[in-house]
Amino acid sequence: MGILDKEFSQENIVITKFEDLMNWSRLSSLWQVGFGLACCAIEMMATSASHYDFDRFGVIPRPSPRQSDLIIISGTVTLKMALRIKRLYEQMPDPKYVISMGSCSNCGGPYWEHGYHVLKGVDRVVPVDVYVPGCPPRPEALLEGLLKLQEKIRNESLVKKVTA
Amino acid sequence: MIEMETTSTNLRTQEMVLNMGPQHPSTHGVLRLEIELDGELIVDVRPHVGYLHRCFEKHCEAMTYPQIVPYVDRMDYLAAMYSEIGYAVAVERLLGIEVPERVEYIRIIMGELQRIASHLVAVGTYGLDIGAFTPFLYCFRDREKILTLFEMTCGARLLYNYIWPGGVSHDLPPDFIRMTKEFLTEFKPTIVELNNLLSYNKIFIERTANVGILPLETAINYGVTGPNLRASGLKWDLRRDDPYSIYDRFDFEIPVGKGWHGTVGDCWDRYYLRMIEMEQSVRILEQAIEQIPEGDVTSAIPKRIKPVEGQIYTRVENPRGELGYFIVSKGGLQPHRVKVRAPSFVNLEILGELCKGHLVADVVAILGSIDIVLGEVDR
Amino acid sequence: MKTTEEIFEVLKNRYSEDIIGITNMPPEKIIDVKPDAIFKVSAFLINDPDLDFDNLMILSGLDDANGTKTNQPDGSFEFVGGTLSVVYHIESTKHRHKLVLRVSVPKENPVTESVVKVWACADWHEREAYDMVGVIFNNHPNLIRILMPYDWDAGYPLRKDYKNPEFYQGMKVPY
Ligand code: SF4
Repeated sequence: MGILDKEFSQENIVITKFEDLMNWSRLSSLWQVGFGLACCAIEMMATSASHYDFDRFGVIPRPSPRQSDLIIISGTVTLKMALRIKRLYEQMPDPKYVISMGSCSNCGGPYWEHGYHVLKGVDRVVPVDVYVPGCPPRPEALLEGLLKLQEKIRNESLVKKVTA
Repeated sequence: MIEMETTSTNLRTQEMVLNMGPQHPSTHGVLRLEIELDGELIVDVRPHVGYLHRCFEKHCEAMTYPQIVPYVDRMDYLAAMYSEIGYAVAVERLLGIEVPERVEYIRIIMGELQRIASHLVAVGTYGLDIGAFTPFLYCFRDREKILTLFEMTCGARLLYNYIWPGGVSHDLPPDFIRMTKEFLTEFKPTIVELNNLLSYNKIFIERTANVGILPLETAINYGVTGPNLRASGLKWDLRRDDPYSIYDRFDFEIPVGKGWHGTVGDCWDRYYLRMIEMEQSVRILEQAIEQIPEGDVTSAIPKRIKPVEGQIYTRVENPRGELGYFIVSKGGLQPHRVKVRAPSFVNLEILGELCKGHLVADVVAILGSIDIVLGEVDR
Repeated sequence: MKTTEEIFEVLKNRYSEDIIGITNMPPEKIIDVKPDAIFKVSAFLINDPDLDFDNLMILSGLDDANGTKTNQPDGSFEFVGGTLSVVYHIESTKHRHKLVLRVSVPKENPVTESVVKVWACADWHEREAYDMVGVIFNNHPNLIRILMPYDWDAGYPLRKDYKNPEFYQGMKVPY
């Protein structure tokens, strides 16, 4: 299913809904904050490097949160870091999306019990769109997470979208 | 009123504090630097660490000895195999057990492959910091091949839980030796390629030679180890100087910094030393896969690890330097205290000294050349 | 190369009162030193040409958990009395010998001397020992927390009777 509703016999003219067009452009150029936290960040790096090539989904790491649409929380969120992550998230312009990568940022992961300095789940500070399980998730899993996010964006409605 | 002429002598100046991190693409993780500046010149750099403090030592006190192995992986996630080797050696020495020949060989093969993989990341991201994007892709392409070998062996790409106290979790898969040989033949030309692409690049040399010089005296006093110490000119490698496992059987060289393009102990030396070390690791690997004997790999794994009261400090040469484990046992199933001497933690301390008097742009070059892993700094 | 016993003799002759004795913790042997003497002993160890301990490998703080254990009504426990220790592993890169020193301080008043002026790398190690078990090092240039947040006020996490707080800056801490 593409965004095309109808194609005229004459070239260069397509008809589509404005909403679909917006969603389509949004989901095909998700720029992420270039931001790694822990072991999962290495897998995120591997995903953006030559073998798995994140670029083909339009995901390009940007150094600044103010130019990004997506933040991938890749790794353990500690108490010292949590408020910084919240601030990063707040600096991103709307619409913004969050992928929580790895057990640590989902729920504390291996550190859930004795981790006196680990935040048990990043969703205690920022809202999360897609959770990717694994410790660490394989690059394929992260790609799948991204596809899920794209699916979510594709079905978004411009009118009703409320951001947190 | 006479208007004062503003010259450099009566102009009021003030030092400026610049904050870098914890979210910064060149800090290799979550490190915060507080940089004090006098114009463009650095007066002082104060690293703030702890943003990834994951309570490793507390977990050790609550887990039994075999349960600790996965947590050890997560400390230095770029060289997880080597952290496991260090931990296994420490527990074995505490218990006084010997491991079979084949296990020793497997450990060395894994350790040296891991060293190459880790140095590849170090070199690749260093290029990225300086502004060269392509070497990063080359390095990750080759690292991916090593990860495939690891994945064949134990099913994980990054954090393995493979080397246990007393042995390894299971034997090598049948194809492993052949594929490792293939990898080595493919990999040797890559080093030359990388050298041509990055090491001898004029811009790269200009950015790194004569920058961040670390004199030997300071290095020893600050406890700097690993490639950073060797780049300053001391032939000190624990594989030779405090032997563990069976490193004494192999023929390899310990490179030291010579000031190829500048002064001994500058950033270029530290960078280039990693390139030479990869060559030496290939040499060790070639010998090891020729000599590896047949045998059992799980026979020496103890059923229950319960050391008597005692304590031990053992150290191994991980890709970043001296990785030491200090284990205190009070005779229980869990250790009383485990403290890790993480090489990155100690090496990072030198940053302030190295940066003094340099320009702001050099901070990234110096930090990258020290090659830290934040998981290990903060544990 | 010198053994621990030989070095112990040298130290004992020089600083008779300040050296307490040798403890055997197989496979290591530890020389116990009084807290207020550790600075001068280590300065001697690094400067003496026959010993020349130029490298501090690791400095660790530990809670010995040897006080009397009192149970609290809420199920937790607390150690009253007892000691905290600081263990120094040092070596000489020239003579290739190693040595283990230990300083024990009472938990009520855990004060010892800093060795930063002797080995520069002790700086962060001592800050970590302060952060994790709460040993205070006199004459340390900047003794603040290093791994935990600077405003952490719930105590020292690696003490055996540490209790984690319920909230930190509005975030729930337990699972
Ligand atoms: S989920 Fe696992 S791999 Fe990811 S940051 Fe946590 S411990 Fe590391």
